[in-house]
Amino acid sequence: MRQPLLALLAKEPAHGYELKQALEAIFGSAYPSPNIGQIYVTLGRLEKDGYVRSVDVEQSNRPNKKVYYITAAGREALESWVDEPTEGPRVRDEFFMKLVLAPMTGLADRMALVNRQRRHYLSLMRDLRELAERTDPGNRVALLLIEGAMLHLQADLDWLERCQEDLP
Amino acid sequence: MSGTPVVKAVNLVKVYQTGGLPVPAVRGVDLTVRAGEFVAITGPSGSGKSTLIHMLGGLDTRTSGEIWLDGKRADTLSESGWALLRRRKVGFVFQFFNLVANMTVADNVELPALLGGASPRQARERREYLLGELGLADRAGAAPARLSGGEQQRVALARALANQPTLLLADEPTGNLDSRNTRDVLRLLGRVHGQGQTIVLVTHDARAASMADRVVSLLDGQIVDDGAIGSARRRPGGTAGDVVELRG
Repeated sequence: MRQPLLALLAKEPAHGYELKQALEAIFGSAYPSPNIGQIYVTLGRLEKDGYVRSVDVEQSNRPNKKVYYITAAGREALESWVDEPTEGPRVRDEFFMKLVLAPMTGLADRMALVNRQRRHYLSLMRDLRELAERTDPGNRVALLLIEGAMLHLQADLDWLERCQEDLP
Repeated sequence: MSGTPVVKAVNLVKVYQTGGLPVPAVRGVDLTVRAGEFVAITGPSGSGKSTLIHMLGGLDTRTSGEIWLDGKRADTLSESGWALLRRRKVGFVFQFFNLVANMTVADNVELPALLGGASPRQARERREYLLGELGLADRAGAAPARLSGGEQQRVALARALANQPTLLLADEPTGNLDSRNTRDVLRLLGRVHGQGQTIVLVTHDARAASMADRVVSLLDGQIVDDGAIGSARRRPGGTAGDVVELRG
């Protein structure tokens, strides 16, 4: 959450709620909507580290709102984030743990586990397809995010197939 | 007769003979597909899914077992008997579009209707309707080779639907298409299914499989799972949003 907020603040100063709205508008409905509390906690930490500062802006009939802006140190941190290569996805699959370990305990049959998981992945795929249909065709970022999720799901299904073929 | 299954396979077996050795491809499949159903068949390569769908359309002979189409026994038909049955009841779409290269798009689509006994006028009207639906009306006079892969597959789908078949069989129809054309072909399958078309789709593409109401999984020539796929949203701990986890 830190770097995306820094990136948005590098564009222009904003208050917490505006940052939440910006994330939702850019990434669309496939992106799990960030919790406003979490955004304020992150902003607090960024402020403590000297990456952002805030000013109170007076509002009539309402409590003051805090507008955050990025500092030189924040800009530097953002630059090094952008310059670093990003870790690839790691296989840390809870289902694979189940699949390997559960039959050893006699708790479950491997075929049943695979079949249930396949149906679950396919129903996720269906939801993603429906999400893509509902997404504004002009929002390329949101559509690419959904497509990325679909491609990952396809890989998970292919892996499931390999597990079904090769595990005893 | 909504109670009569469109497809019924009973203990269907296919054994290939390669170099004198029997290789079982399909080992005792029971499958019933009702009118209006959209069934996806998935499984690893070599699991028998293509062999199965080819047998259901009479493009490959069965070794033993029964195939019933629309309430009539079909596995005992001769090759010409199958050809007649296919013209009237079955539409087929393949991974490689198999359009007739030296005929126009329009003629490719009209041919099955004409062979099926439609008058030239009926065949033309049906073709105009289908190509219009598929956004290909302006390509009617073109040779198939002039079209992109996605357009050729849409023409192949129009051809398969020209006879208003009872059953649409599709074997990896998106296997050779990019993401955008896959989406267009799937949208189309969804639309004809919405109009009541019975579809059996063999696919390795999870996006395509997720269009179906029901997924049949094959492994080593046998059905290992057969059931409906619902929506993950109604289940705790699994929504579309949970698939996406942006780090940062």
